[in-house]
Amino acid sequence: MSSVAQKKGFGATLWDWMTTVDHKKIGILYLAGGGFFFVLGGIEAMIIRLQLLRPNSDIVSAGLFNEIITMHGTTMIFLAAMPILFGFMNAIMPLQIGARDVAFPFINSLGFWMFFFGGLFLNISWLVGQIPDAGWTSYASLSLVSEGHGIDFYAIGLQIAGGGTLMAGINFLVTIINMRAPGMTYMRMPLFTWTTFVASAMILFAFPPLTVGLFLLTFDRMFGGNFFDHTMGGNTIIWEHIFWIFGHPEVYILILPAFGIFSEIFPIFSRKRLFGYPAMVFATVLIGFLGFMVWAHHMFTVGLGPTANAIFAVATMAIAVPTGVKIFDWLLTIWGGSIKVTTPMLYALGFIPSFVMGGVTGVMQGAAPLDYQLHDSYFIVAHFHYVIVGGVVLGILAATHLWWPKMFGTMLSETLGKVTFWFFFIGFHMTFLIQHWLGFWGMPRRVWTYMDGQGWNTANFISSIGALLMAIGVIVLVINIIITTVKNVRVGNDPWGDGRTLEWAISSPPVHYNFAQTPLVRGLDTYWIEKSEGNESGITPAEPIQDIHMPNGSIIPFFMTLGMFIAGFGAMYRVETSWGLSALIFGLVLTFVSMAVRSLQDDLGYYVKKDEILRDLKRKGGRK
Amino acid sequence: MDLNKKFTPETWPDHPERATLEAKNKFVGFWLFLGGETVLFATLFATYLALKNKGPSGFGFSTQELYQLPLVFVMTMLLLTSSLTSVYAMYHLKNYNFKKMQLWLGITALLGLAFLMLEVYEFVHYVGEGFTFDNSAFSSAFYTLVGTHGFHVAIGLVWITLLIFRNSKRGLNLYNGTKFYTFSLYWHFIDVVWVFIFTVVYLMGVIG
Amino acid sequence: MMKGLKKWRLFSLLAALTVFLAGCGQEELSTLLPAGQVGQDQFNLLMLSSAIMLLVIIVVVTIYVVALVRFRRSKVGEDHVPEQVEGSHTLELVWTIVPILLILLLAVPTVYYTYKLGDVTAMGAVDEDGNAENLVVDVTAKLFWWEFEYPELGIVTAQELVVPMDEKVYFNLIAADIKHSFWIPAVGGKIDTNVENVNKFYLVFEKDSKKLKDGVFYGKCAELCGPSHALMDFKVKTMPRAEFDAWAKAMQATGEPSTDVATVSQGEEVFQQSCIGCHATSAVGESGAVGPNLASFGDRNRVAGFMDHTEKDLKDWIKDPQKYKPSNQMPEFGSKLSEDELDALTEYLMGLSVEK
Repeated sequence: MSSVAQKKGFGATLWDWMTTVDHKKIGILYLAGGGFFFVLGGIEAMIIRLQLLRPNSDIVSAGLFNEIITMHGTTMIFLAAMPILFGFMNAIMPLQIGARDVAFPFINSLGFWMFFFGGLFLNISWLVGQIPDAGWTSYASLSLVSEGHGIDFYAIGLQIAGGGTLMAGINFLVTIINMRAPGMTYMRMPLFTWTTFVASAMILFAFPPLTVGLFLLTFDRMFGGNFFDHTMGGNTIIWEHIFWIFGHPEVYILILPAFGIFSEIFPIFSRKRLFGYPAMVFATVLIGFLGFMVWAHHMFTVGLGPTANAIFAVATMAIAVPTGVKIFDWLLTIWGGSIKVTTPMLYALGFIPSFVMGGVTGVMQGAAPLDYQLHDSYFIVAHFHYVIVGGVVLGILAATHLWWPKMFGTMLSETLGKVTFWFFFIGFHMTFLIQHWLGFWGMPRRVWTYMDGQGWNTANFISSIGALLMAIGVIVLVINIIITTVKNVRVGNDPWGDGRTLEWAISSPPVHYNFAQTPLVRGLDTYWIEKSEGNESGITPAEPIQDIHMPNGSIIPFFMTLGMFIAGFGAMYRVETSWGLSALIFGLVLTFVSMAVRSLQDDLGYYVKKDEILRDLKRKGGRK
Repeated sequence: MDLNKKFTPETWPDHPERATLEAKNKFVGFWLFLGGETVLFATLFATYLALKNKGPSGFGFSTQELYQLPLVFVMTMLLLTSSLTSVYAMYHLKNYNFKKMQLWLGITALLGLAFLMLEVYEFVHYVGEGFTFDNSAFSSAFYTLVGTHGFHVAIGLVWITLLIFRNSKRGLNLYNGTKFYTFSLYWHFIDVVWVFIFTVVYLMGVIG
Repeated sequence: MMKGLKKWRLFSLLAALTVFLAGCGQEELSTLLPAGQVGQDQFNLLMLSSAIMLLVIIVVVTIYVVALVRFRRSKVGEDHVPEQVEGSHTLELVWTIVPILLILLLAVPTVYYTYKLGDVTAMGAVDEDGNAENLVVDVTAKLFWWEFEYPELGIVTAQELVVPMDEKVYFNLIAADIKHSFWIPAVGGKIDTNVENVNKFYLVFEKDSKKLKDGVFYGKCAELCGPSHALMDFKVKTMPRAEFDAWAKAMQATGEPSTDVATVSQGEEVFQQSCIGCHATSAVGESGAVGPNLASFGDRNRVAGFMDHTEKDLKDWIKDPQKYKPSNQMPEFGSKLSEDELDALTEYLMGLSVEK
C-alpha cells in the first residue's frame, strides 16, 4: 500500500488522503491531526508554566493568560487526547475483531474532517485575535460577558468537532456489534476493543448534552436567547449541569481506551494472559455506567444542598471499586509472568503508580466537605493532570510505541523511546506532585499570577522546571519519529514477538483489505492460541480466498465539512460584516448539496479480485 | 450487491432492512443514533422545565394563557396519523409493493407538511402576541425545544421527498430498502418526541 | 471496634506526619493549619482519606515492586512461557470487598460532615427579645472586589471582612455581576457566589488574626471570573467578641455627619469631587455600592485587595487602576488629579480609620 503511494505525485497523494475511507489511513490522519494539536496545547502549557515560574510575573498579560489556559484545556481534551485515541481505535480495533473496515467508512472520513475543521476553526481564533477566555468549562455568566468572538469560536468549533466525535462513536459501536469475525464473541474481544466499545457508548449518550449546551450558549450570545441570563429569567446553573453531564463521562471516554491500551501491553510483555478478563470487562462497563451518575461532584460548591452533595459524594467514591479491580488485575497479570521492559511496557509500568495517585486524590475530592477546600484549587489541577497525563497521555505514548510498527511498518527506536519516557515521567511527577500542596496552601487554580510572600514560590518553580522536562521528552519523541521514518527499517507481522491478538497476525502495515481471508476466532488472544498450537500463519481462515467487497473513497466528507466551517464564520460575522450572511448561506448550501449528492448516488463500493489477493499473498511470501 | 437483481414478492427477503451487512449496519447505527437523539431531547426537555414561565421582572406570559390546546390537538392527530401511514408504507415495503409504498410515504409526507405548517402558524401567532424568542428565558426554551422538533420534522420531509423521487424510477432493491426503513424509524421517533412535547409542554402547561 | 479505631488514629498520625514533613504552608492561608471548626472538620476528613489512600498506595506499590523484581524476563529466562492463569474468584472478591469497606469507612464521615457543614437552620434564630442570635454577613462578590454587609448592625464594608471569634458566623452570598467563589483557605472550604441565587453557609473563626504575619487571614476568589481573577483577594480580621462589638459601634459612628464644614481637609475635598460617586466613607448602609466602601480604609491591610498598604501603592493605584488590576471598573485618575491633590487624597484616605 505505502509502496504504491510513494510512486504517486504529491497532488495524487494528497487527493488519496483527502478522499480515503480506509480505517487505517483515517487512523493515521487522526494521529497526525491530534499530534499537531497536542504540540500546540503543549506550547500553551509551557507558556502557562513560564508565566507561573516566579511571583508577580508579567510575561503574559492577565487576559492573554486566561485565553491560553482556555485553549490549552480545550485543545488537549477535544483536539489532542480524543482524536489520538480515535486514531488508535480506527487503526487497530477493526484488526482486533477481524474486520476489513469499519461499519461506515464514509462517516468515518466525515468524522475525521469534522474534528479537523472544528479544531482549525477553534484555533483560527488566535489569528483573529479574539480568543476563548472563559476556561474550557466556559461557565455561563463569564462566557456570556466575554467580549469579541472568542467564545463563539469555542462554541461553534466544538460543535463541529463534537459532531464528528458522535459519528465516530456510533461508527465504532456498529462496527463492534456487526462486524466481528466468526467466533469473536463479546467475551473473546480484546480489552482495547471492549474499552473502545464502552467509550463509544458513552460518547453516544454524553455528546448530545454538549451539543445542546453549545447551542444554548450560541443562541444566548448570537441570537438573543436568554437561557443563562438571570435578568431575563435564565439560569447559569443549567449550563453547569449540562456541561458536566457531558464533561464527566468525557473523562472516562478518555481514560477507558487508555485502560484498554494498557490491558493489551501488560499481557504482551508479561507473556501472560490478562488476569481476570471477565472482571476487567465487567469493571469497564460498570465504570462507563457509573460515569453518568456522578457529574454533580464537579459542583459540590455550587450550593446544591447537603442531600445532593451526599448522594453524589457516595456515588463518586463507588467508582473507586471497579477501578481498583482493574489495577489489581493488571498487577496480577504481571505477577508470575515474564516481564520484558520495552518502551510500551515502561509506560504501562509508569502508569500504575501515577494513575493510582490520580485515582486516590479523586476519591479524596469525592468526599464533598473536603472538596469544599480542594475544589478549584491547585489540588484539582494536580488531580486531573495525574489522571489525564498519568493515565491518558502515558497510554497514548505507550500505544504510539506499541502500534507504530503495525501502523507504519517500522519500529520507533527503543533507546530514544526510553529517553522520552524518563524525561516525561520524571518531569510529569515533578510538575504535578507539588501542585497538590500548592492547593493545600491555598492557591486557587486559573490564576494569572500570584503575589510574593504566600509561600508558593518554590513549589511553582519546581513545577515549571518539571514541565520543561516533559517538553524535552516530547521533543525527543518527535526526533525519534523523524529518525525512524527516515531509516524506515521494515518489520514483520509480530515485531514484539509476543503479540496475542489478531492485529499481530497480519502484515505491518496490513494490506488495505486487512485480511485475505476472514479469520476464525477460537478464543481469547486468538493469535496466541494459533501460535502456541504451531500454526505458522497465525490465522485459521473462516472462508476461502474470494473477491472482497470494499468501499469507494469520496471527497464529499471534505466538502460537507468545509461547508460547516464556512457557515460557522458566516454565523459569527453575520451581523457586523457584509459577507457574513452570504457566507452562512453558502456554507449551509454547500453542506446540504454535498449531503444530497451523497444521498442521490448509488455508492456500492468495489471488489478486490481474487487474483489480486493471491498476488499480494505471493509478494508477502505467504500469509506470514 | 447487485442493484439490477430483480425481486418478486416471493424472493424478496422478510427483513429487507437487515438483508445485507450494509443494511444491518445502517439499521443498528440508526437505532443508536436515535438513542443519542433521545438524550438530546431529554436535555432540551430538562432545560424547558427549568425555565418554564421564567422571565424578566414583570414578565407577562404564562403557559396557561399562551397555549391553545385545540390547535395543538389537531397537530398531534396529524402527526400520529402520519406515523400510522408510514407503518402502511413499511407493510408494503415488506411485501415488495413499491407503488403502494410510495403512495403511503407520499401521504405521510403530506401529513407531516400539514403539521409543520400548523406549527409555523402557531409560532407566527405567538410572535404576533409579543412572545418572541428573545423576550424571556421561557420563550427561548420553548422555541428551542419545540423548534428543534419542528426542525427534525422538516429534515424528515426533505429526506423522504428525496427518497421518493430518487427511487421512483429505480424501484425497490436491497440498497434502498434500508433507507426507506430507517426513515420510518426516524418518523416514529419524531412522533414519540411529539407525544412527550404534547404532554409535557402543552397538557402540563395548561392543566398542571 | 475500638482497637480498629486506634489503628486508624495511628494511620492518621502517620499521614499527618508525612504532610507536616512536606510543609504546611503559611498560617494565614493554608488549609493544613485550620483556624476554625469548619476547616478543622475538613482537615480531619483530609487526614482520614489520606490515610486510607496511603494504605491503598502502599499495597499497590508493594505488589508492584515485588512483581517487578521477581518476574523479570532476565530472571525467569528468555524462553520461559508462564502459565496462562485465567483469574481467581477469591482474589477478585477480596479486592472488590476490601475497597468497598474502605470506601464505606470514608463515606460515613463524609455524609456526616456534609450535613453538618451544610446546616444553616440556626441562621435566622432569634432570642427572646427578637434579636438575632448569630452574626449574619451578606457577601456580594463583584468584579473584582468583595462587599460585606452586616444587616443586623446596619453597616457595610469591603475588601476586609471583620468577624468575631469562637462563634458561628453565617453568610449569605451572591454575585452582583458574574460568578465568583468565596474562599478563606485557613478557616474553611469555599462556596460559590452564583448570580441567580443566594447561597448560605457558616464558618467559625477560632484564631485571632492579630497573631498572624500580616494580622489578617487571606481570602481568595476561587472561580475564574475574568482577567483579574487572580487579584480578587480579600482579607479577614478576627477578634474577640468584645473587640468586634467596639468595631461595629465605631463603624456605625462613621455615619454621623462630619464635623465643621469649614475645616474640611483638602483631601476630603478632592474625595468629594472625584470619588464620592462610587465610594462611600460612611459605613452605615447596605450593599450595592459601585465601588468598595472606604469607611475603614486606613485600617486595611492592602490597597485594592492585594497591593501593599502604603501611600505610594495607593497613589499608583489611583493613577492607573487598569495597570494593576486589568478590567476592573475603576477609572484612572492619573490625568485628572495633580500630584498635590493626590497627596492630599492619599493622606485623607489613610486617615479613614475606626480602629484607633
